[in-house]
Amino acid sequence: MKKKVTPEEVVKYFKDEFKTKIKGAKIVKRKFGSKKKESYYVWMKVDRTVFKDSIEHLIKLQYPHLAVASGNDIGKIIEIIYHFTLNYDQPLEEIILNISVELPKTDPTIDTISDIIPGALITEREKMEMLGITVKGIPDSSRVFLPDDFPEGVYPWRRDKTGPEKYYKNLHEVKK
Amino acid sequence: MSEEAITKTSYHIPVGPIHPALKEPVYFEFELSGEKIIDVNVKLGHVHRGVEWASRKRNPIQVLYLAERICGICSYCHPAAFTLAVENACDIEVPERADYLRVVQAELERICSHILWAGVAAHEIGFDTVLYFTWQIREKALDLTEFLTGNRVTKGIMTIGGIRRDITPDMLPRIKRDMQFFKDNFEKLRHIFLDDKTVKMRSQNAGILTKDDAIKLCAVGPTTRASGVKKDVRTGESYFAYGDLDVKCITPKDLTGTVNGDVYDRIIQRLLEVKQSIELIEQCIDEMPAGDIVSEPKIPKLMNQIKKIEGEGVGRHEAPRGEVIHYVKFDGKSENPYTWKVRAPTYNNILPWIPMLKGEQIADIPIVAASTDPCMSCTNRVAIVKDSKRYELTKEQLHKLSVEKTRRLMK
Repeated sequence: MKKKVTPEEVVKYFKDEFKTKIKGAKIVKRKFGSKKKESYYVWMKVDRTVFKDSIEHLIKLQYPHLAVASGNDIGKIIEIIYHFTLNYDQPLEEIILNISVELPKTDPTIDTISDIIPGALITEREKMEMLGITVKGIPDSSRVFLPDDFPEGVYPWRRDKTGPEKYYKNLHEVKK
Repeated sequence: MSEEAITKTSYHIPVGPIHPALKEPVYFEFELSGEKIIDVNVKLGHVHRGVEWASRKRNPIQVLYLAERICGICSYCHPAAFTLAVENACDIEVPERADYLRVVQAELERICSHILWAGVAAHEIGFDTVLYFTWQIREKALDLTEFLTGNRVTKGIMTIGGIRRDITPDMLPRIKRDMQFFKDNFEKLRHIFLDDKTVKMRSQNAGILTKDDAIKLCAVGPTTRASGVKKDVRTGESYFAYGDLDVKCITPKDLTGTVNGDVYDRIIQRLLEVKQSIELIEQCIDEMPAGDIVSEPKIPKLMNQIKKIEGEGVGRHEAPRGEVIHYVKFDGKSENPYTWKVRAPTYNNILPWIPMLKGEQIADIPIVAASTDPCMSCTNRVAIVKDSKRYELTKEQLHKLSVEKTRRLMK
């Protein structure tokens, strides 16, 4: 583990390298307990074209722990948010770094990061089956949670017509 | 199967979907050469019930009770992480006393879970007397949980902006008495697990997870700490009252001086954490400030406040099995979450199974798999055995093999 970083340094580190490709960077601080010690959350949007580079850039700073990737269906865009933690071995200095990437529904592809962070495999596979995105270069693209007989082209977390609505509204028709 | 065995080629054994170690569904496919495991493939899926999707139809208070039912053992951790995520998204301050009360509940759950795990691990290697002994201790912990929350398993104690029940001065003698009981029995447990020759023979150098693998595969909780990675949400981040308390990130190094990352280290790790939890509860009881236990007792008012929020938040809590993280997004139109993502610790501890199990024997599968304390209903869902010709090993047979190995070693 390299030396610890502060939330401000993390934001600056990314902005220096990628300039305008980083948007909406903000640091949220919250206080807990009677001593009111702070905890830090960093949020930023990374352009899809530099996403893989930004993760490689992050690893040069410190090898992060990838907690999970979550996803939102917001209209014409699918947003994938990678939740990393930095400084996890430093007492009370842990930073939660949330990097979000917007993918248009017409071409929802993203590069895999499982070659540089092998622990990302399950969460990437889950995003593929749940949100219908394509992860380029993933070593194993099979389903994780959905059963093998679940219909193709239906994505449980989508809010459009590829969502699961028709399956739960007409359960008597589906169950044959 | 017999033909393949004669020609000495490797063969495949599906194990599951009934879990080889715990009584929960997961599916392993082992590639074996004789007794030795060459490769492992894990499939998940049996108990996925779409709770994340179901949350879209519920307001945050209702989601708390849904979150509680994700897992029976972590029935405090999931509402806790969800509450933190909502509080972070909506910027809700929590009274100091509630922060301390939340720690008491979290640590009590850790004691229950780790002692339950110790019993299951003993059962896997054939020590059923220890199983009964540990569960007897756990019964006391459950009684204390009932005394404090009114329920034994699904506690229903968490609420947004605070906690639902206070600990009054007349409750303290009972808590102190029970903590003393745990301390006395902890010594006995420590002696059984750490000094016993047979436990050592079965667990030392079995299922090794190296520090490098633990970091790269993003393992969490006691599994990663037993490999020497100092990752503990309680020490890393200030949340609840953990920032005030004297918490240290424990690794097996504190007891033995070395870290091997094997099953034995994971046993040490959990036992040390039980002791740490007892001390944390005592600290909380002593240092607890007076005051309110909830910031906004009127739920409709709280819902109105949340309805106007457009934002997102992340909540993390150190569950008995490791970091649990919830992500919540509100769209500013409804009080129901727009998105809710649950990440339970076992989700990240699935991939580390592969390096742990490679090179081990079939009889070691139950104890190695159990050593990460997997919780499938937290993580899960499905697997189908496609080739009906394949040889199938039931969990009873597996358990028998494991017990036989222990008996062999004892001779």
